[in-house]
Amino acid sequence: MKNGPGTGVASRQHRQESFEQAPMYVAVMTYLGFGIVTLFGYFRDFLRAVGIEKCHLAQEREEQKDFVPLYQDFENFYTRNLYMRVRDNWNRPVCSLPGPVFDLMERVSDDYNWTFRLTGKTIHNAINMGSYNYLGFAENNTDFLKTVADKLCQYGVGVCSTRQEIGNLGIHEELEQLVASFLRVESSMIFGMGFATNSMNIPALVGKGCLILSDEVNHTSLILGARLSGATIRVFKHNNMHSLEKMLSEAVCSGQPRTHRPWKKILIMVEGIYSMEGSVVRLPEIIALKKKYKAYLYLDEAHSIGAVGQTGRGVTELFNVNPADVDVMMGTFTKSFGAAGGYIAGKKELVDYLRSHSHSAVYASAMSPPVTEQIIRAMKCIMGNNGSTEGIRRIRQLAENTRYFRARLKEMGFIIYGNDDSPVVPILLYMPGKVVAFAREMLERKIGVVVVGFPATPISEARARFCLSAAHTRAMLNQVLHHLNEVGDGLCLKFSRLKYSSCPDLHEETDSELGS
Amino acid sequence: MNFKNFREYLAWLYYQYLLITGIYVLEPWEKSIFNSILFSVIAMVIYTSYVFVPIHVRLALEFFSGIFSSQPESTMALMN
Repeated sequence: MKNGPGTGVASRQHRQESFEQAPMYVAVMTYLGFGIVTLFGYFRDFLRAVGIEKCHLAQEREEQKDFVPLYQDFENFYTRNLYMRVRDNWNRPVCSLPGPVFDLMERVSDDYNWTFRLTGKTIHNAINMGSYNYLGFAENNTDFLKTVADKLCQYGVGVCSTRQEIGNLGIHEELEQLVASFLRVESSMIFGMGFATNSMNIPALVGKGCLILSDEVNHTSLILGARLSGATIRVFKHNNMHSLEKMLSEAVCSGQPRTHRPWKKILIMVEGIYSMEGSVVRLPEIIALKKKYKAYLYLDEAHSIGAVGQTGRGVTELFNVNPADVDVMMGTFTKSFGAAGGYIAGKKELVDYLRSHSHSAVYASAMSPPVTEQIIRAMKCIMGNNGSTEGIRRIRQLAENTRYFRARLKEMGFIIYGNDDSPVVPILLYMPGKVVAFAREMLERKIGVVVVGFPATPISEARARFCLSAAHTRAMLNQVLHHLNEVGDGLCLKFSRLKYSSCPDLHEETDSELGS
Repeated sequence: MNFKNFREYLAWLYYQYLLITGIYVLEPWEKSIFNSILFSVIAMVIYTSYVFVPIHVRLALEFFSGIFSSQPESTMALMN
């Protein structure tokens, strides 16, 4: 049943990835909006400096004004003058589990978002389009959570030690073997925090004299790990294989910058699904390049493990690639498994080396037992133990939700980025005023969305990021789409100029494409 | 979108203006400052164009018609 590696090529693999550009007037208006708010920012800073207006930020005491400044004013310009004005759209307090619907606590601000107070009311059953709950494992059904409760009674909650000292529990070893068999690799190692998995393990793998080729839009954890390692970092254009090949050949030919000695190691860092763009990595081409130029590949599958692939095994399964070709497979349990933590998997020598040389393994506290059991039960569910089809049902439901949602959005006329298979859907909003108005309007209609603006995205491409879940029903998606339609018309957000014909089977419940 | 009356349509247009210029995120007194500055600039532009544009257009037309029509007169005068 399982195809051999590399045989399932061609048509289905090169799915459509679109990054449509908005009309020119949109870019002009975006910059105009930022320019006007910046001018007002300078005006308010002037008022604060002169003393007409009270300053709410941290400031030095009068006696310390002659010292070297502690708080750099200019760097916080953007935070002070734009983010503070609109920060009621972020850090909203959630008071239920982050399932497909959730409860929010209502809060108001009396002084334009410098301080907040809770009114005491709760917004019940808001539809959750922001949580990374891809397979719906963030649930509180007592039947499903029975093993987790048992382990909680057996082991308690805290481990009170690191893995290396006395915190290595039997349940950790069980999970590592399960992860290795799930990913079809030799061995794996788990860590308590996903961000720390990247930032603490890359310094253990590369050091000075090595070269890191990292994608343009890589996550901060990868960038931080690369900088901490001390290796030379070169950035290639996002998903652009020509750029990567040029850099690889130049690196192999010229070697290190001044001495021209060959690089000790060349490490290509990519992600499975890029969470801000929704695009999928071009894995077969990167593996071909890697083999040609003898480089190593570090694949961060934070968003793609469990969410893509026929049986949820990530981009290696999506592209039908041998997992042994990827040197270091990394992923997190925060997204599809409803827990917390990360893993690194690969050859046995690699994982054994990391057990003693990684900062996270040696110094960080071990993963908590109920969390470990949650990952074990989620993974067993996906793998279909005891012949249950619950895992496959969830994976299929996610794929169907993804396809439906993306197709309906394109039909409505929004600009969305990314691959048709990725459950992360960024809708481009561009203008700062519209970003804020969008988030507020959707909250009024009881839909919780995540909007992202400047530091995390390029300045002219602010977006709203929707994360689909297998727990969303068709009715919920239709409700969200209906409200999106209204808000899109009310705020004039439908910038797409491509004509998209709707498929006739879009509005039915069949999933005929999976059989082909 | 269906607007019940003209006032609602104007309110929606004002909302779009707030969103596009980015004024939407500012406090009310800042909005008033920006609106008054913009209104006075537009008023000055309209006044200037009302006062000066007809005069300049008339002078320009006279200049160009002077070029095209003055030639035949002078040759006739020379021949006579």
